[in-house]
Amino acid sequence: MALAACLTAAVARWRWAPDWAVAVAAAAIVVASGALSFHGARSAVSALGPTVGFLAALLVLADGCRRAGVFDALGGLMASGSHGRPRRLLGMVFLAAAGTTAVLSLDATIVLLTPIVFATAARLPTNPRPHVYAGCHLANSASLLLPVSNLTNLLAFTACGLSFTRFAAVMALPWLVAIGIEWLVLTRVFADDLREAPGGAHAAPPAEPRLPRLALGVVGLTLAGFALSSIVGIAPVWFAAAGAVTLTVAQRPPSLADLLGAAEPTFLVFVLGLGVVVEAAGVHGLSSVVRSLLPTGASLPALLAVAAVSAVLANLVNNLPATLIVVAVVSASAPGGVLAMLIGVNVGPNLTYVGSLATLLWRRIIHAHDEEVDVAQFLKLGALTVPVTLVAATASLWLALQVL
Amino acid sequence: MRALIWITEPSWRACIDRARELLPAGAEVTILHVAATDVEALAEHPGPGRLGRHHRPPPGPSVREISDAEAQSLLGEAAQRFGRPAQTVARRGRVEREVLQASAGADVLVLARDGEPRREPKSVGRFQRFVIDHAGCAVVVVWSQDPPGLDAMRWPPHLR
Repeated sequence: MALAACLTAAVARWRWAPDWAVAVAAAAIVVASGALSFHGARSAVSALGPTVGFLAALLVLADGCRRAGVFDALGGLMASGSHGRPRRLLGMVFLAAAGTTAVLSLDATIVLLTPIVFATAARLPTNPRPHVYAGCHLANSASLLLPVSNLTNLLAFTACGLSFTRFAAVMALPWLVAIGIEWLVLTRVFADDLREAPGGAHAAPPAEPRLPRLALGVVGLTLAGFALSSIVGIAPVWFAAAGAVTLTVAQRPPSLADLLGAAEPTFLVFVLGLGVVVEAAGVHGLSSVVRSLLPTGASLPALLAVAAVSAVLANLVNNLPATLIVVAVVSASAPGGVLAMLIGVNVGPNLTYVGSLATLLWRRIIHAHDEEVDVAQFLKLGALTVPVTLVAATASLWLALQVL
Repeated sequence: MRALIWITEPSWRACIDRARELLPAGAEVTILHVAATDVEALAEHPGPGRLGRHHRPPPGPSVREISDAEAQSLLGEAAQRFGRPAQTVARRGRVEREVLQASAGADVLVLARDGEPRREPKSVGRFQRFVIDHAGCAVVVVWSQDPPGLDAMRWPPHLR
């Protein structure tokens, strides 16, 4: 009931009942009614605490990069590297979106990069359709590489029991495979829009952008810190925090309100509340239902089943609750099971534009007639990419686990 | 004669040049560009299903402002290239529907094929195909590059 209330509030976005408040209230009711002991709730919150802190640091780091002009510079690089050719621009967008998603998380790609991609394509001028779709799709499918690429990865990072570098090494092949499939499908589906203007490119070559070295240096050092974290014995979250603080202090400091806004406190509270509610649902039978659905072990069929069930669940209830529900069950077959789950919950959301069936139905009822996103085209693209990617990325995960 | 020239980013130069050659001097010409709002909506809300997130749009011009400015600039360049008196119209929405609605009072619609540069059905893009199929006026379909010769064409078996 509490889980349903949280999800409904997050999907419906009522003004009078913000999703974070509903999540906190639901968590409080769960504890007050005895559905979850106070001790259980406290351990759920303290288990999620570092992850939420990690996420906040990443959000602040990404916003610092925006203020330093990293994304504008990426736009300039994409424009100059494209030489006015739509297909080359799509290649540049793939590089920028895959890199941004991997390093600064999918939120950075969605909120900060995709509008820049639109502006870059529109100013070329070329039809921005394939480039914008690429940004949206890669935010999900290119979020497999690093533990910091997606909140779902952060939530499952501890459970998978791998170091930061080993996570990256094992997920590198699935990540490349997922990006490769996106390229093959997008360049075919949007072949019309990627055709070059007759007579070659007409656009004047844009000026080479000035790269914000400080911000890129801080991001580079933060990444190096992540890589060294297991060797020096310091948790990666501290390197993320150090990076966020350094970048904030080193530039003209933003106002406190802007800084807090960048960290999205309501979202962090929502995640904590949802964590408590899912914990309670898990104790009261949800975990055993999921356990009965999921095979254990690291055989290829078992990994494929985990990825498929996770993808379906992510599309039914959204990938955040899906991760919280599944991770507790698959941690028994870590790391293979956990990583296969991540392929499911990260790639799966591309199947429906809105992220879950519930949202899709809701939005269709509310916005039946307005000029919104072409959901049919998004669904078609999802149908062409997601099932293939799930199978191919999981198979390459299985291969990586055998070899590495 | 009222003529509507529908221009798109990849082919507007060729489309304007051919229209200038084909349309009579006295024609009342309107040049049309349509911004696809479904793409704009996607660029602005690329992840609406992302539970619990309430992203603020980054500062700077909005997607809508960028799109409007680019449409105006393209139409301005096209009108200049046309070199004869012409009105320009920027519409927003689903592309094929907007073009059909804009062509309601026109006698002739000029458009570029915007598809494969070969003599085959795919030489007409999907929006162009819809417009040609449903237009109420005469439609002039121009190549945006020199078409390959007839000898390069792959004939269907019964015509070989």
